[in-house]
Amino acid sequence: MEKLTSPYKWGMVVDLDRCTGCGACVVACQAENNVAICGKKEIAEGRNMHWLRIERFWVGEYPDVRVRFLPVLCQHCHDAPCEPVCPVYASYHNPDGLNGQVYNRCVGTRYCGNNCPYAVRVFNFYDHEHAWPPPLNNQLSPDITVRSRGVMEKCSFCIQRIRRAKEEAKAEQRLIKDGEVQPACAQTCPAEALVFGNTADPQSRVSRLSRSPRRFRLLEHLGTHPSIYYLKGGGREHV
Amino acid sequence: MSELSGKPLRTTHTAMKSATQLNDEMLSSMRAPTWRWYLLAFVLGAVVAWGMYAFTYQMMTGMSVTGKNRPVMWGFYITGFVFWVGLSHSGTMVSAILRLSQANWRRPILRAAEAMTVFTISIAALFPFIHLGRNWVVFYFLPFPNQRGLWPNFRSALLWDITAITAYLIGSSLFLYLGMIPDLAIARDRASGWRRKLYEVLAMGWRGTAREWVVYHKASTLMAALIIPVAVSVHSIVAWDFAVTVVPGWHSTIFPPYFVIGAILSGVAAVITLMIVIRRVFHLEDYLTPLHFDNMGKLLLVISLLWAYAYFVEVNITWYAHEPIEWEVFSFMSDKYAPLLLLMLVGNAVLPITVLCFKKLRRSIGVMLAVSLLINVCMFIERFLIIVPSLSRKNMPFIWHNYAPSWVEISVNIAAVAGFALLYTFFAKYFPIVAVTDVRELEVRQVRMPFGRAELPSIAGKE
Repeated sequence: MEKLTSPYKWGMVVDLDRCTGCGACVVACQAENNVAICGKKEIAEGRNMHWLRIERFWVGEYPDVRVRFLPVLCQHCHDAPCEPVCPVYASYHNPDGLNGQVYNRCVGTRYCGNNCPYAVRVFNFYDHEHAWPPPLNNQLSPDITVRSRGVMEKCSFCIQRIRRAKEEAKAEQRLIKDGEVQPACAQTCPAEALVFGNTADPQSRVSRLSRSPRRFRLLEHLGTHPSIYYLKGGGREHV
Repeated sequence: MSELSGKPLRTTHTAMKSATQLNDEMLSSMRAPTWRWYLLAFVLGAVVAWGMYAFTYQMMTGMSVTGKNRPVMWGFYITGFVFWVGLSHSGTMVSAILRLSQANWRRPILRAAEAMTVFTISIAALFPFIHLGRNWVVFYFLPFPNQRGLWPNFRSALLWDITAITAYLIGSSLFLYLGMIPDLAIARDRASGWRRKLYEVLAMGWRGTAREWVVYHKASTLMAALIIPVAVSVHSIVAWDFAVTVVPGWHSTIFPPYFVIGAILSGVAAVITLMIVIRRVFHLEDYLTPLHFDNMGKLLLVISLLWAYAYFVEVNITWYAHEPIEWEVFSFMSDKYAPLLLLMLVGNAVLPITVLCFKKLRRSIGVMLAVSLLINVCMFIERFLIIVPSLSRKNMPFIWHNYAPSWVEISVNIAAVAGFALLYTFFAKYFPIVAVTDVRELEVRQVRMPFGRAELPSIAGKE
């Protein structure tokens, strides 16, 4: 049997010193991935569908108050707590190190959502299939399923883009070049705070950045080994 | 016949009820239903129908009709699930342990307890199905070769759950059925019409020969010994649903034994409640005496002490470790749910431990009813306080969210209680609710036969 290995281990670096909290990544993600648009009611209920959220924290005492932003998306853990708890393999690990989610396998136990310490898994509490009345349905991406009610979904690192880049690279009999593929959030970030790439390649931009002394990973003590590295310097000069 | 044991053996002079009389009294529940029985069945059926409506509404509309959100993705349904699995625990356990330890006072209550197990585990098994986002694909859980080419993930605690519950359901049903065979034969001999046909099939041609009794005793002892590990494993596995996660407040090694103790506590309390109800409804005052309540009260006291210890250890270790996020969960629980927490501590530990120390109170039916009902309410609260605060205060403070059950979830939980009561009502009407042959066996054992000038036990040897 063919061994499931891959020359790719996709990862991301989030430079918090660059992030301005503009929210462009959130919008880009929403547009790219057919993420349902939620109103005030759903957000108040805690049922918004964002795959990527920007956490905002106030630091310090008045008048010396500063704001900090923390973009949180699926961390694509290498020891993901969501994977073993799924009874039907809807949540699984693919050879590229991505934490996949198969929508049509999902039965909706929501066990993965409970066990995700980052709380980045979103559940379709509502029927969002008809959330795009015509002509808005024309904006739906044909590359991605519109998820039905009752299933769990989450950030896929824009797997459809990775697939396309892989096909193109395969046709030309080469590997994907660094920077050739990036998810919508990284592509959109005006401050280049989000950098995506292949962490298996030590020369890639993401690998070089991830070796920065400013690096840390979210909730590292839980041993989930996330694929996303955050960078944060000690100084206060960067808001 | 006032008490079944704890008294010196009687002699033949004492007035004894005839076998027919005993059968008559103990099978009185199987007489033709009265209008009150129909009324009860109708009311319970109506509540169940309401619950089914609520569930259908949820299935048609989506999980948005529940109070769940991100990150509180489990709520009242899983609380109900753990609660009902807990209740199922004791029936079989009490019956099996008392059978193996040859406690004679078990005899009138064992059937009620075993039947309770079967019905509660059946109700419990419905909850994981009800709480699914897509109930209609529930068969994805089942390990059978299929066109999808997929096998369920046996690393998931939910698969362990399904396996354990199926095993327990089959085991406890067999245990109940096996113990009922001689009684079904009595019922068969007294019945007519379709019921006679039903019991004929169920009694499997039992005639009461010596060999049949020998096999029956062996089989029921063996079954009692086998069912105990299954019962313990079931609730350990339910505890693993929580303990194997990384959720603060759930990830705790004490959970399996703690859940087993909690399960036995709620189960024993439920057995006592049922004993009181059955005693009252079917006029079995002669068979379910204060002595039984006294003994069950002692059992409840011990388990309540154990529960208090386990809870103390859990909280104490968390406090000592003072892991920030775990401590946040506990602080949140004691802040937002303070009344519930206090009620739980009083109802599960303080009150039972105080009250059950007194023999007079243990023998008082009213007090026992109040204590056992309170314990079960508090055990529901206990499960709620384990499940919900932990999810509300997970690791990422930005996304903390509270949970309140919706009318759909409450309706389904109430319907579960009604459904259990309905199943039990039917069972008591159509099957012997008191283990007739076991009680009569004890009657015979307690009689001494004159043998010349001496008086000897009527049956030589132990059980």
